[in-house]
Amino acid sequence: MNVKINLTINGKSYSDEVDSRTMLALYLRDELGLTGTHIGCDTSSCGTCTILVDGKAVKSCTMLAAQADGSNVTTIEGIAQNGNLHPIQEGFKEKHGLQCGFCTPGMVMLAADLLDRNPNPNEQEIRHALEGNYCRCTGYHNIVESIQYAAEKMNG
Amino acid sequence: MIPANFQYTRAGSVDEAVGMLQEHGDNAKLLAGGHSLLPAMKLRLNQPGVLVDIGRIPELRYIRNNGDHIAIGAAATHDDIANSDAFGNELDMFPQAAGLIGDTQVRNKGTIGGSLAHADPAADWPAVILASNATIVVKGPGGERHISAGDFFTGFFETALADNEILTEIRVPVPSGNTRSAYAKFMQPASRFAIVGCAAMISADGDTCSGASIAFTGVSDAAFKDNNVSSALEGNTLNSGNIESAANGAAQGVDIMGDHFASEDYRQHLARVFAGRAISAAIG
Amino acid sequence: MTYIGKSVKRVEDKRFLTGKGRYTDDIVLPGMTYACIIRSPYAHAKITGIDTSAAEGMEGVVAIFTGKDIAAAGVNGVPCGWQVNFKNGDTMKEPPHPLLVADVVKHVGDNVAMVIAESREIAKDAAEMVEIDYEELDAVANAAKAVKDGAPQVHPDAPGNLCFDWELGNPKEEVDAAMDAAHHITKLDFTNQRLIPNAIEPRSAIGHYESAGDKYTLYTTSQNPHLTRLLISAFVLGIPEHRVRVVAPDVGGGFGSKIFHYTEEALVVWASKQINRPIKWTAERSESFMTDAHGRDHVTTAEMGFDAEGNIVGLRVNTLANLGAYLSTFAPCVPTWLHGTLLQGLYTTPKINVDVTGVFTHTTPVDAYRGAGRPEATYLLERLLDTAALEMNMDPAELRLKNFIPPFDGVEQEGYATQVALQYDSGNYHRVLERALEMVGYDDFRKEQAEARANGKYLGIGFSTYIEACGIAPSAVVGALGARAGLYEVGQVRVQPTGKVSVYTGAHSHGQGHETTFAQVVADKFGIALDDVEIVHGDSESVAFGMGTYGSRSLAVGGSAIIKSIEKVLEKGAKIAAHKLEAAEGDLEFAEGKWTVKGTDKSIGFGDVALTAYVPHDYPEGLEPGMDFSSFYDPANFTYPFGAHIAIVEVDKDTGSVKLKRFIAVDDVGNVINPMIVDGQIHGGVAQGIGQALFEGAIYDENAQLINGSYMDYTMPRADDLPAFEIDRTVTPCPHNPLGVKGAGEAGAIGSTPAVVNAVMDALSPFGVKNLEMPLTPERVWRAMQ
Repeated sequence: MNVKINLTINGKSYSDEVDSRTMLALYLRDELGLTGTHIGCDTSSCGTCTILVDGKAVKSCTMLAAQADGSNVTTIEGIAQNGNLHPIQEGFKEKHGLQCGFCTPGMVMLAADLLDRNPNPNEQEIRHALEGNYCRCTGYHNIVESIQYAAEKMNG
Repeated sequence: MIPANFQYTRAGSVDEAVGMLQEHGDNAKLLAGGHSLLPAMKLRLNQPGVLVDIGRIPELRYIRNNGDHIAIGAAATHDDIANSDAFGNELDMFPQAAGLIGDTQVRNKGTIGGSLAHADPAADWPAVILASNATIVVKGPGGERHISAGDFFTGFFETALADNEILTEIRVPVPSGNTRSAYAKFMQPASRFAIVGCAAMISADGDTCSGASIAFTGVSDAAFKDNNVSSALEGNTLNSGNIESAANGAAQGVDIMGDHFASEDYRQHLARVFAGRAISAAIG
Repeated sequence: MTYIGKSVKRVEDKRFLTGKGRYTDDIVLPGMTYACIIRSPYAHAKITGIDTSAAEGMEGVVAIFTGKDIAAAGVNGVPCGWQVNFKNGDTMKEPPHPLLVADVVKHVGDNVAMVIAESREIAKDAAEMVEIDYEELDAVANAAKAVKDGAPQVHPDAPGNLCFDWELGNPKEEVDAAMDAAHHITKLDFTNQRLIPNAIEPRSAIGHYESAGDKYTLYTTSQNPHLTRLLISAFVLGIPEHRVRVVAPDVGGGFGSKIFHYTEEALVVWASKQINRPIKWTAERSESFMTDAHGRDHVTTAEMGFDAEGNIVGLRVNTLANLGAYLSTFAPCVPTWLHGTLLQGLYTTPKINVDVTGVFTHTTPVDAYRGAGRPEATYLLERLLDTAALEMNMDPAELRLKNFIPPFDGVEQEGYATQVALQYDSGNYHRVLERALEMVGYDDFRKEQAEARANGKYLGIGFSTYIEACGIAPSAVVGALGARAGLYEVGQVRVQPTGKVSVYTGAHSHGQGHETTFAQVVADKFGIALDDVEIVHGDSESVAFGMGTYGSRSLAVGGSAIIKSIEKVLEKGAKIAAHKLEAAEGDLEFAEGKWTVKGTDKSIGFGDVALTAYVPHDYPEGLEPGMDFSSFYDPANFTYPFGAHIAIVEVDKDTGSVKLKRFIAVDDVGNVINPMIVDGQIHGGVAQGIGQALFEGAIYDENAQLINGSYMDYTMPRADDLPAFEIDRTVTPCPHNPLGVKGAGEAGAIGSTPAVVNAVMDALSPFGVKNLEMPLTPERVWRAMQ
């Protein structure tokens, strides 16, 4: 049972017909080949599928592609500008905020939401904001530092 | 993690959604933020034939101060409420509770109406809705009806909402006098639902408690208002000894849930502790 | 230009940060189909009927296979790679582990049927239409219950559910005598609970049979693709190895759980040939919980004896190790040779005896999980020491310092021979603890603790000083201990004609940063830029052979293999340089990327020598052209990192919640190539160890159903559960490998768990609480205080 959708993803317009039950994460991965958005669980818990929909972090495994009709979507593939890493991406590289890289796209997109609301978060605020994103590799220590690095850089 | 097949439809207005529910009967389910329903559908615990998406109805997403009450549109997200300044000091438990739901992503998408209609016994909103003496506004083919919070939660994942009705608004009376409120929560560490959530609204006349409204979620198979605690407070001085002794009467005579995170007696103990914490936080 | 010792930013990060990583589930092949595995909902049941007809009739269903098809095709089960014999010499019990079960399922999640369809959705829908009838049987999940008379039996040919029994150390009588003579004995009974690894990337496998070349390709989430290839071809499917290619592309975390050869890998390869199309299977998280090999699960009684001065005089350990329903690839080795051998710890304990019984239960197989055996050994020792200190009214730090093995570097002083079969390479144990005590401000903390207690606040401090054996492993040694494989590593260095270098390693990176660390080593040794080196891993078609990454072995063993090839390159390069410079080889020195005739300014660069090797017009007589060397490195010994961890906690008296306030880790992992990456490994390991202490643990009910098999129920540490870690290191080089490195992947997870539990016990000491089972959930802690 298909449904028509029109949406913008990373600045590009898409007009598509999708199965009603297609989750946005699978639409991005399977239909568009945007495999930077990962799927790590069945229960909307792990946060690795986090993307921005109309500027807000959401779990794309818990949103139907149909619900994103008319929305502006940003994924990990679209956050860098003009070939330059976004300050958050740069922060993760500089501060070793990633190891296996699997949770990383979700962490980066969540950080984008956080820094949009709170451009200068302290350590506790960052740790609290990460409550919906699991990382099994880093112990979060360097993820916190990566986001602090990005905040400083973005505040210029 | 792929739901069973269904037909997706989107309603542009509440009336249209009511019409769609009428058309599809039992086979249809309302989809708001989707953060209660879609996870259940992915695990195939829930397999509706039709989803009526009401998450994008503009007339349902608002938070308004109407003088004597705050009106919350059913499609207001937890994040909208967490960041709203409409609630003032008196109803601060609303943004407090909203900020403790799930995580950033869940709060961005999940709605208060969806959460209330789902009536998860460990969800945060029911306690706050009960403690605030809110009214739930629902709309069906016969028009609008108002259900008091106390009548709304009828059991384990059960509410007074009929299959062909839509929850449209939550009306929270703005308390008069010197009233403060708080929400205190002991989280289930994996799911972040409440093992115990306590909402407390306390009115004071000088040092004396002139009115109290205490409600719990997570403790029993449905949220409930705890009149033992409130009546123990009312008329007494708001000091730590009285708060502790009132809190010690929490969750008496209710059927308490037990699981591997918290047995029945530990949950009851936590209810006492969090009653005390919520009351203390409310009076600051 | 030196890279070694610098925190070089990772080469691999750019692709991960821009969404260009390539994980198995990201791969789409033309004509690909999708598999859904139907799994047993029961822990123990007889399959009495399977009706696939409704599912087969669905549009888009390609094929459905059941256990009968597998049996009829003569496909073997997945094998075990390690043999531990019974004390009486009998071979361990090794029941078959079929790809699809035809008769009796043995754990929840056991494979029953495989549905293959045109899409994920159809496969899932069709799987729901397959009707399977079961006759449920009694099940047992707990090892202590499984060995009791009358317990449900997992395998008919493993009576009493026994897989093996095993003993190591001094003769039991000698240890008993030492304990009898002890002034004080500390005894603990506890469970080292079962953990579920939960790499965030779920397992995935794509099988692709190409009839044109009669060639099989498997893309899989593996820590060791070559071993998987060997097992699939030689043991499971009987396909010639040269027709099988196994690719482990980017892998999203492993922590041990992706070492093993899993049934699904063989299934997609086998079935791909049957349908002549590629097949992808990707686990849902619930499947990960049910089928990724679990970790730990020991039931242990441990006793440590002391003389009147607090010197350890003996250690006696009895452990029941839950192996689950089938033997996973390295399962028997974990509770034995990776556990019993570590019971010397850092201490001069003169008499040690450890007795381990491997037990089958109706649960998911158990195998190596970060640390594998060594965390269990460390937990046991370190809990005994803090408990003994409390019982004997001694300071836990002093008690350790008193019993440490004196420093030895393995060069001037010999390695330390333990009572439990190992020879430690080098160590300076006092130094790590002293540094950690300095960092924590021990004296000040004890004052703060006393003041807090007076105010009704419960602070606690806990210690853990650990050693581990990694850099796995000398082949002859492990062969004698039951390994059915060698544990060397392969490193090939191919200098391209332009002087750029491609390195092929049998180690596999799934977060460890090999593409950076290995490149730092190679660039330094050749005096070239980091950018001029590429590290290739994870594909059996490009990498000759390899044993993969686990047991903190990549740099110590894989790096050493690369060094051997580098030396061969430099040796040949010198010959070419000597020819070109018209000098004797002995008159040349190699530095900063060029060979120079000593005492002159005559020199030739690395790139020119490489070009000469490939364009050998003016070339040494008799020398082969080209510059491409491959080496196997088989280590002389394990490596032995060690460290001291200290935790400070606060317990909420009202709720029992434990707040980890500080965590100090001083680790010695030998020489360090990239400090940033090593710190990251320590952080991650520490977090997982804290997870075991406070949050994690599989819970089975009386029907052997896993009741916390989802992220809604299984708790793992989140960012706001953890403090910023305070870490430092000392450096005691490994004396027996060319880089002097020891390994850092598991250290954090091995050391941290008992430090946290000891800290909580210290906080609870006013309540007279001495021991609690992990995880230390609020309810457990609260109850203990009542």
